Amino acid sequence: MMNLGNRVKSAVKLVSTGLNKNSQPTFSTQVQQAQENVRSYGGLKDKDRIFTNLYGEHDVFLKGAMARGDWYKTKNIIDKGKDWILKEMMASGLRGRGGAGFPSGLKWSFMPKSSKGRPQYLVINADEGEPGTCKDREIMRHDPHKLIEGCLIAGFAMRACAAYIYIRGEFHYEAKVLEQAIDEAYKAGLIGENACGTGYKFDVYVHRGAGAYICGEETALIESIEGKQGKPRLKPPFPAMAGLYGCPTTVTNVETVAVAPTILRRGGAWFAGFGRPKNSGTKLYCISGHVNNPCTVEEEMSIPLRELIDKHCGGVIGGWDNLKGIIPGGSSVPVLPKEICDDVLMDFDDLRRHRSGLGTAAVIVMNKETDMIAAIARLSKFYKHESCGQCTPCREGTGWLWDITERLVTGDAKLDEIDMLEEISRQIEGHTICALGDAAAWPVQGLIRHFRPEVEDRIKQFQLNKKQSPF
Amino acid sequence: MISSLLKRTSFLNQLNRSSSFNRNYFKHSALVRSDALSRHVETEDNNEHTPFDFTQENLVKVEKILGKYPKQYRQSALLPLLDLAQRQNGGWISLRAMDKVAHICGVAPMTAYEVASFYTMFNRTKIGENFVQVCTTTPCMLRGSGEIMKTCKSHLGIQVGETTTDNKFTLAEVECLGACVNAPMMCINDDFYEDLTPATTITLLDQIKNNKQTKIGPQTHRKAAEGPQGKTTLLEPPVGPTCRDDL
Repeated sequence: MMNLGNRVKSAVKLVSTGLNKNSQPTFSTQVQQAQENVRSYGGLKDKDRIFTNLYGEHDVFLKGAMARGDWYKTKNIIDKGKDWILKEMMASGLRGRGGAGFPSGLKWSFMPKSSKGRPQYLVINADEGEPGTCKDREIMRHDPHKLIEGCLIAGFAMRACAAYIYIRGEFHYEAKVLEQAIDEAYKAGLIGENACGTGYKFDVYVHRGAGAYICGEETALIESIEGKQGKPRLKPPFPAMAGLYGCPTTVTNVETVAVAPTILRRGGAWFAGFGRPKNSGTKLYCISGHVNNPCTVEEEMSIPLRELIDKHCGGVIGGWDNLKGIIPGGSSVPVLPKEICDDVLMDFDDLRRHRSGLGTAAVIVMNKETDMIAAIARLSKFYKHESCGQCTPCREGTGWLWDITERLVTGDAKLDEIDMLEEISRQIEGHTICALGDAAAWPVQGLIRHFRPEVEDRIKQFQLNKKQSPF
Repeated sequence: MISSLLKRTSFLNQLNRSSSFNRNYFKHSALVRSDALSRHVETEDNNEHTPFDFTQENLVKVEKILGKYPKQYRQSALLPLLDLAQRQNGGWISLRAMDKVAHICGVAPMTAYEVASFYTMFNRTKIGENFVQVCTTTPCMLRGSGEIMKTCKSHLGIQVGETTTDNKFTLAEVECLGACVNAPMMCINDDFYEDLTPATTITLLDQIKNNKQTKIGPQTHRKAAEGPQGKTTLLEPPVGPTCRDDL
């Protein structure tokens, strides 16, 4: 019953509203029927997993990668042509894995058909900095050839001449592994002049960042590759028109590109068979925080959050009833209280319905021992630290958010300030060039939306102990 | 006349005195809370006469890095070259090193300063031999990074941003380093040390202090991002390629 989640409930609701009280037998049969019709998600089989070396137990490099099925019939895929690749990617229903969830096939098709002599670039966003997220790291250090093969195929589909992989500076070891894998691929003739024997020239370069979260934003990332401060650009023009060096560019996440070869080999329909419609596929989830068995795991999209935690993470520390709240998609999305976590599905649409988001599928679990206000205050400090300082609402606002949330931790504030905090966050949200402003505002909004009584109690307690208002 | 004047001044004095007791609870936005100063501070070992030049070995690397980017966009090499210069210079980048990199990239020195001050991984002041960076962002915080930080502070006897007297360690508090599943973690120089406890932190710091070999990665029985209670997936060995028929 738990697996069926919301859909059964809504089905039950629909059925029960459409019936009068006398027809009890029909009701139960209909419920039964509804339950049979509703598919449950989760329980992905090992044979359907894309990242078969997620834990680095096998040979990371070319020989091992080929044994696991990488670089198999890559030439045949490229020979099928650009339109076939794009069609298959669209059919797979893959949505970008970097957080925004934009349909990948569509994004790849935005690149201009004729380049007018200008080169086109593919840029891979490996600047994984979202607190809670550590999935791309596993791909780069344990399955680098999936990424390189994906670069070639994606690059070919969008007529790119080269791929730049922008890897965050702290991932020194991962960059080393990736560079070694690229060297191998060059030597084996898989990339470079005449890649895979297709006559197509394609280069892959690694560019290391230097510790700026904001460079995960696509235009900031482009600026950073150009050797400037990583400050996002105003859009339009979109990178597909004028990106890296003013040339058409597409920026995609590591996971999106790394799953592409497997999707094409097994068919878009195979991938689309997982998860709910419009949320299809498999996904790497990283579950951290208060669970017994924190891990990165590949599972089906739309898996119920509770099942994900109970099945793979050994449950919440202290049991499910000890759960306080969960941040379901990396630090940028609002926190969800236990009532919602009970039956929410891990996909873009269901989390959006609860005013949160899938983001990067980095699940941060917090049990009742957590000081929720302190946890969110720490995130506000993070955003204050990482704001690039270009837009005033974000530069100043993130500082204010941190200042106020930090005082809320001790309760050293007035009750009105909760509303003021909410208003500040609304003033930041949507008023900045990039999404960092929104990302800074949402956790605070989530705190106020779901944990307001706790914040109020903290303030009242403080005032009670101090016997007077601090103002 | 005089007495009235005296009265007035004493009244003014009183006003001034009372206003000095008025506490201003509103904070200004210009707070200095950054980890590092954005301006250059002239010191004995970092001034405009401190020499810097790439070694022969690194000059080969410089050419290799420049080769990655289109010829007319040498500025792209700014970040990797600053990093190379920092490595050669012992973990921090001097004023002359930034000038040198700017010269190679064909940009104004100011551009190099701007870039170096924007990115947190460039240290523009001298640091110790080992740069200990403890992650304290929420996922690590939930798993007890506060304890790790406290342990580092007490064991090394320094505060955040300080260097030990023997110049062995510099301690820093950093934002998420992307190993949240293996929290709490810290990064010393280039290496990640994960799944820490206060005890393993002390062992690690001692090993590094005595130039002994350390175990990089998780400090427990974990190998990577599989759970500490064992893995729940990928129990079968990987199979070869599965492919559609029409390829």
